[in-house]
Amino acid sequence: MRTMESENIIEMLHITKEFPGIIANDDITLQLRRGEIHALLGENGAGKSTLMSVLFGLYQPEKGVIKKNGQEVKINDPNDATALGIGMVHQHFKLIEVFTVLDNIILGAETTKLGFLQKKEARAKVAALSQRYGLKVDLDAKVEDITVGMQQRVEILKMLYRDNEILIFDEPTAVLTPQEIDELMATMREFAQEGKSILFISHKLNEIMAVSDRITVLRKGRYIGTVETKDTDKQSLSNMMVGRPVQLEVTKEPAQPGEPVLEVRDFCVPSRSHKKNAVDHVSFQVRAGEILCIAGIDGNGQTELVYGLTGLEKSSGGSAVLCGEDISHASIRHRGANMSHIPEDRHKHGLVLDFSLEQNLVLQRFQEKRFQKHGFIDQKAVREYAEQLIEQYDVRSGQGPVTTARSMSGGNQQKAIIAREVDREKPLIVAVQPTRGLDVGAIEYIHSQLVSERDKGRAVLLVSLELDEVMSLSDRILVMYEGEIVAEIDPKQTTVQELGLYMAGARRMNLSGKEEKGA
Amino acid sequence: MNEHGNPLLKRDGVRTVLASLISIVIGLAVGSVLVVVVGLFSPNLGLSSAWEGIRLIFLGLFSTGRNSGGSLTWGFNPQSVGNMLFRATPLILTGLSVSVAFKTGLFNIGAPGQYLMGTMATLAIALGIPCSALPSPLIWLLAFLGGMLAGALWGCIPGIVKAFLNINEVLACIMTNWIAANLVTWFFDATKVFQNTVENTKSGYIYKTAYGRTLVDGVWTYVDGNGVQTAKLGLDKLFPGSQVNGGILIAILIAVGVYILMTKTTLGYQLKACGSNRHAARYAGVNDKRNIVLSMAIAGALSGAGAALYCLAGNTEFFWSTYQALPATGFNGIPVALLAANHPVGVIFTGCFMSMLNIVGLQLTNLTAYNEYITDVIISVIVYLSAFSLVIKMLLDARRKGKKEIQPVPERLQENQAEAEAPTEKGGEQA
Repeated sequence: MRTMESENIIEMLHITKEFPGIIANDDITLQLRRGEIHALLGENGAGKSTLMSVLFGLYQPEKGVIKKNGQEVKINDPNDATALGIGMVHQHFKLIEVFTVLDNIILGAETTKLGFLQKKEARAKVAALSQRYGLKVDLDAKVEDITVGMQQRVEILKMLYRDNEILIFDEPTAVLTPQEIDELMATMREFAQEGKSILFISHKLNEIMAVSDRITVLRKGRYIGTVETKDTDKQSLSNMMVGRPVQLEVTKEPAQPGEPVLEVRDFCVPSRSHKKNAVDHVSFQVRAGEILCIAGIDGNGQTELVYGLTGLEKSSGGSAVLCGEDISHASIRHRGANMSHIPEDRHKHGLVLDFSLEQNLVLQRFQEKRFQKHGFIDQKAVREYAEQLIEQYDVRSGQGPVTTARSMSGGNQQKAIIAREVDREKPLIVAVQPTRGLDVGAIEYIHSQLVSERDKGRAVLLVSLELDEVMSLSDRILVMYEGEIVAEIDPKQTTVQELGLYMAGARRMNLSGKEEKGA
Repeated sequence: MNEHGNPLLKRDGVRTVLASLISIVIGLAVGSVLVVVVGLFSPNLGLSSAWEGIRLIFLGLFSTGRNSGGSLTWGFNPQSVGNMLFRATPLILTGLSVSVAFKTGLFNIGAPGQYLMGTMATLAIALGIPCSALPSPLIWLLAFLGGMLAGALWGCIPGIVKAFLNINEVLACIMTNWIAANLVTWFFDATKVFQNTVENTKSGYIYKTAYGRTLVDGVWTYVDGNGVQTAKLGLDKLFPGSQVNGGILIAILIAVGVYILMTKTTLGYQLKACGSNRHAARYAGVNDKRNIVLSMAIAGALSGAGAALYCLAGNTEFFWSTYQALPATGFNGIPVALLAANHPVGVIFTGCFMSMLNIVGLQLTNLTAYNEYITDVIISVIVYLSAFSLVIKMLLDARRKGKKEIQPVPERLQENQAEAEAPTEKGGEQA
């Protein structure tokens, strides 16, 4: 018994946490061994974050005990957690944007002399930590000016600065580029080797398989099981997570491309952050009945390309011909006549969060004759339409059509957007990161929707940062690097590694005849 | 788990009303405490006066004076009620002005300026068109519409600045307020003809317009009653001795109209979409810039209408030297809107409530040794608390949270954070 106790640095035994109307954690037991990377896997709403919040002192469980090194402890607030050596990198960083990196790291753990900050010692300590783990940060930069990846390194340094030995990472890879993810994984392994224990929350199976030692799976607030990573595989993990067999691979027939729906020529979109074009003389076609994917590392002009095509941003050159009509200077509404757009940021562009679900479902269509009479909205028609979409696309929400969009889960918000956009039945669907932040079940659903739209003869322009999605869903891949298209690849004849080389700019294809640019 | 809780509390509207009522009660309570404190420390007052003061604060509207024995008498006081309705008219409209802007995500602190511009246009038209040239009802209508138009144009300015230059509307509103104040002063000062002939710091009286003067024994004299002032519509019979007129009915009609506009029409839907999420509205093909200007124009028109109805009552006075102080009616639109949680129909009641406090102040002055400034304190406390009523509503929401929710609380929090910390481009365009 003694050996068991010393092996487990943290034990959360039979934790039950209720919220009014729902049991977020129902008798969950989690044992974290010293020096291991323990993944906590589950769909959105499975109770992962709640469990971690209990450990971090943000919530008090109704039942259950937490033990550290076999001793029962009471964690009333994050200060208690810090005192016990527990640190957490939240999914949404808790940084003060106008403070410098150094100030953020020492905030709350400042060394002072007579009430004056002793930043010199702090700086030396942080610099040493940063050096030792290869966590490159600019200590004097303001947080608002640094990249998301660097912000995460700041969060990690915060934990290290406080000498935490139990590190919680809540969905750390959601905001990172593939390279940054690799770096993070390496850092996590290094921590584990030094004897720090890591809890890693994620629903990305690849990462979990790659980095963890053991995996605990939660589903709908319940404990499903703990497995050794080496004894399991992605398929059985996703089955545990979803509770039914899940299709991990996208099944689809070969594409049968028809006529071009969208023809983009020498298209340019100016950048907001620098003087050059974010999208620089890009030319391509999207044909009916195919899924064309734009791959690339985040920030290489994909967002701006979509903004330029959909009208959210003004293009500065070239043409975009949609269904035979140059739309490069048309209004957003006009473009919408032939184009659906599943936006990258569902909270910023996709939904009016304070509107009800039904109001969101007619966001572009409220002025159609069907939904209004003489400027008055036909509430009944809107309600009927919303109910039909909710039924057809299985959008789940608390109160049906009148649910506030804000209160819906991310997956169902995205489903609502997909329902709205797909149901508009436009020849071109522009889908930007349609599965970002979603769980396996929802991803499966959205992929199958896009494939079935393709099979109906629609043209799909997919922008994705997820290499798996790019490889499995697309019929043709264009790689964007620094605002230019550097490769056109058939997904069946390439590997993730090769794709990665193009994405990183290490290689580029000679796309002769496509554009006449002085090299 | 306790699934019980008050079933009434489950309704969002009920909680909103409750939150407002709590702020009002706290405001009145603070006023009462003040009355007691002043009563105890003032030599010519005492505890008994304090008790009278407190009763007047809560029930001043129903005070009918003192009987021969010197004690307060109570009952229906048609004059007080009528005056309350009369004074509520402009407040309801400035309240609507602020609430329409709020609903579309804008803070219209420019109501005083719009109100002043409305006043100027209305007076200029009503006093400027000879009643011999046009039938009086037509002059009335022109003056009313002119007031609205002037308010709308003045409201447009912060709207345009906001939409096209992304300059905060609060800033632009404050500046346009003072520009209006000086413009109006200059206008009356320079034109002279709209000044009152007896006391030239006031504007002329509508019910005896400048062009209603005639030469009697070589002196310009007013001819009474050219009929431009707002019709009484029988309300003067209902509330004899008061200033009330048909304006209150027009204000109520406008409030209902605004309610219909905001909830039932495509225009209202667009305005609200722009207000709640400008980016999403743009994404959906809604012209966000046009809608921002439009919503400020509507807000301005409502303030202008408030000014017009107040001026056209005919028995009101306007001191045109406004460059040192902005009209309180404009600013009081803010608490009126907040207390009503921006609900257009609610604004009718909160507007009446705010004007009732005015009446209470008068009663305090008339019947006790207190003065009406006590009610100014009450109003200011309620102004503070009206912002606080949102907090109270949040507390009430929290009591009930999750009872019907499918999502556990932490997930909801996450979603909210995700929205607040949207990863793409920071700053830039903040709506």
